[in-house]
Amino acid sequence: MKRLDPGVTQKIVRGILLSFTALTVSILVFIITYVLLKGLPVLGWEFLTKGAVDAGTSGGIFPFIVSTVFITVVALAIATPLGVGTAIYLTEYTRETIVTKVVRFAAECLAGIPSIILGLFGFITFVLFLKLGWSILSGALTLAIMILPTIIRTSEEAIISVPQNQRDVSTSLGGTRWQTVTRVVLPSALPGIVTGIMLSVGRCIGETAAVIFTAGSALPTPTSVFASGRTLAVHFYILATETDAFGMAYGTAAVLIIAILTINVMAYWMMHRIMRKFS
Amino acid sequence: MSRVSPRELAIERILQAIAYSSIAILFIITFFIFKEGLPFIFREGLGEILGGVEWRPTKGQFGILPMVVGSLLVTGGALVIGVPLGLSCAIFLVEFSTPKVRRILKPAIELLAGIPSVVYGFLGVILLVPLIRVHLGGPGLSLLAGSIILGIMILPTIISISIDVLEAVPRSYREGSIALGATTTQTVSMVVLKAARSGIVTAVILGMGRAIGETMAVIMVTGNAVAAPGSVLDSIRTLTSNIGIELAYASGDHQEALFATGVVLFVMIMVLNLAASMTRRKRIR
Repeated sequence: MKRLDPGVTQKIVRGILLSFTALTVSILVFIITYVLLKGLPVLGWEFLTKGAVDAGTSGGIFPFIVSTVFITVVALAIATPLGVGTAIYLTEYTRETIVTKVVRFAAECLAGIPSIILGLFGFITFVLFLKLGWSILSGALTLAIMILPTIIRTSEEAIISVPQNQRDVSTSLGGTRWQTVTRVVLPSALPGIVTGIMLSVGRCIGETAAVIFTAGSALPTPTSVFASGRTLAVHFYILATETDAFGMAYGTAAVLIIAILTINVMAYWMMHRIMRKFS
Repeated sequence: MSRVSPRELAIERILQAIAYSSIAILFIITFFIFKEGLPFIFREGLGEILGGVEWRPTKGQFGILPMVVGSLLVTGGALVIGVPLGLSCAIFLVEFSTPKVRRILKPAIELLAGIPSVVYGFLGVILLVPLIRVHLGGPGLSLLAGSIILGIMILPTIISISIDVLEAVPRSYREGSIALGATTTQTVSMVVLKAARSGIVTAVILGMGRAIGETMAVIMVTGNAVAAPGSVLDSIRTLTSNIGIELAYASGDHQEALFATGVVLFVMIMVLNLAASMTRRKRIR
């Protein structure tokens, strides 16, 4: 076989790679614009503030917005102290030992568990065993487990990037370890930690498999953590699979995508600022 | 530290307990899934379940072989689509474009990961499935549709990790190759990709984990028929779909069978996690 001229090969390879990259980017642009084009006309004051009519096939999505916010806030309230606490312990209180390796490995494994397995676990443990039933609390506990690894990892990275001399100054002024952590390390690491929390919010909002079997799909607005609630993602799934109210489905999808993209873009923007500050 | 106040010591103990909670949670999840699924597996026999091709929960037949095959096929299909596309994208962004382009496109591609899986599934049903049905035949809801949707869904994972891995290859490697008169293409294929090999394997394994664990999108586009497919245009059911579809109304033996499905899935995922973690460790060393 005749060998191709390296210069020609170079041009061909570059062309192929460029077209694959263009394809990937256009898929992204297409998905977002398609959903927004179909969904935005449905959005309106009524749609966002009214309750569901006819099992959600008409009316609004207000109860589902409330459920989504409610479940996300409770999940964060559970996962944030655990995640940030773990990160503080791993970075500020111990050296790298076999125990910290096991903790990191456990967090890594948790990150790899598919959400349907978490849903299965939440269903048998929180809903049935602890008798919490299909409720905001069951859903939030399950989501908290799902986002815990993200919060640990991002908090750890944020804390590690705080310059050592800041800690040394605090210690030399007679600060105890906890004082150093709360008054020096955490304030410096806060933007990074918040970035991790925001990325977790995005995941909570978009999750379906872990929530549908733990929080249920009740239509009314939940009034306590023990009430069942239907999140936006679950509502969208039910509309898309069990009804033909595609207009309502597109509207709900648009709300989901706008919320998640806004939060993620803000998170990336913060991360970018932090990286600039430290480089 | 010479003297530690009781308060400081208490705080340290509390933080320690919090840090161990990850281990405890992992243990509890494993315990509950296995507690529900293992007795059923022992009662029915692992061979009966893993080797059985009939899934008729109401008649006491609980073979999940078609689902195992379905999961493996759709994951393989996703890799066939996602790996070349994702890897090309990462190589282009790192080796053939400017850092400025990369700074914009990398986060943009990572945003793909934020789009909920139900939205991917819905677009699959609305746009991709009719396309397959009209142009290629079959029901449309198929192994092919599942592979394409999952292939797109694992792109952010593969691209983002591959970019990090390629960027971590020392500049001097590339400079040495270029100094010997190699083109960028030759440098990439002979030097950079060889140096980055284990990292790229990690990226592929993590993408695989995502594909095999995905549920909602797969339920929506694959048709969920319980039979080993004859072609890529046939309907399939995965392990995750099996749980996702039937958990809501299952009880008794049927529910235990779904937990047994969960056990099989859990073991597959843990093997992948271990593999990913081993390749990652090798890379750091």
